[in-house]
Amino acid sequence: MLLHTVNKSPFEKGSLDTCLRLAKQGSTILLIEDAVYAAMQGTVIESKISEAMKRYSVYALQSDLKARGLDEDRLLNGIKVVDYGGFVDLVAEHDTVQSWF
Amino acid sequence: MADETMEEGGNPTGVVKKFMYVNRRAPYGTVYPLEGLEVVLIGAAFEQDVSMAFVDDGVYQLKKGQDTAETGMKNFSPAYRALEMYDVEKLYAEKESLEARGLTQDDLLVSVEVLSTAELTELMEQQDVILNY
Amino acid sequence: MALEINGKVIETDEEGYIQNLNDWSPEVAEKMAGEDGCELSDNHWEVINFLRNYYQEYQIAPAVRVLTKAIGKKLGPEKGNSKYLYELFPYGPAKQACKYAGLPKPTGCV
Repeated sequence: MLLHTVNKSPFEKGSLDTCLRLAKQGSTILLIEDAVYAAMQGTVIESKISEAMKRYSVYALQSDLKARGLDEDRLLNGIKVVDYGGFVDLVAEHDTVQSWF
Repeated sequence: MADETMEEGGNPTGVVKKFMYVNRRAPYGTVYPLEGLEVVLIGAAFEQDVSMAFVDDGVYQLKKGQDTAETGMKNFSPAYRALEMYDVEKLYAEKESLEARGLTQDDLLVSVEVLSTAELTELMEQQDVILNY
Repeated sequence: MALEINGKVIETDEEGYIQNLNDWSPEVAEKMAGEDGCELSDNHWEVINFLRNYYQEYQIAPAVRVLTKAIGKKLGPEKGNSKYLYELFPYGPAKQACKYAGLPKPTGCV
């Protein structure tokens, strides 16, 4: 299985949509940089992300959440937060990384 | 002459990996498509199993009849027709991306294999390396 | 850097490739070859003209491997091989011949 990373805001670019269209069911998706905004509660894409979490495990990078002032208690239910060490573990667990930017 | 040895490439290790270049952007708005194409042309010298997938606005890279004369930009679309000579023969376009833009195979300047989203998903899963441009 | 041909100054980059492809004329090739101590024969011209046509069609300067193969197809195996092309263009067939042909440096050529 691929590890998918996405780094663009879902409100500005279609990278996350394309990732969600093409990632195989059961894949892991890691939100980094501006893509971490997709992990928040109360956005217009909340239902889309919640739906996606039925098919994928979705992670968000802690340092990018912090950098943007996003509190972990306001993340959507089911989003897993990883630090840089966790990022490295995810990469190591997968053969290939698909970087959607 | 030393430089040109580099240019000749080759594959001394004999290890062949599956490389897929995923092109998702329209040709002239950003530099990614041209840079991506150059990476493919350079990488082709190393005798790997290379494919290119055109997804989202990336399908516009293959649109026939591009003419940049009045914009002052280089029209690099003819180079896609040279890919075959670089042994890059596997070109795929996602059906959904073509249809969303009202395009068909007839609009494209090279022949591609049109894949459904599910087929492309499976193909990506088989790759050793995936690079997005 | 620059070349002067019949009183006209033609800009080149630091490696001697001309900057504006429209500035090319056969005299440009003669002049560049002269500076490299090389006299252009019909065989040289055959390759230079091949490259100009190739660039016209594909908008890229071919890698040496591709050039060799394409020349072999068009002009036969006795010309489509590295030995023949390196004898004509000892600085590297793609690089030196592309320069004389007024093309940019081949992609991937360092």
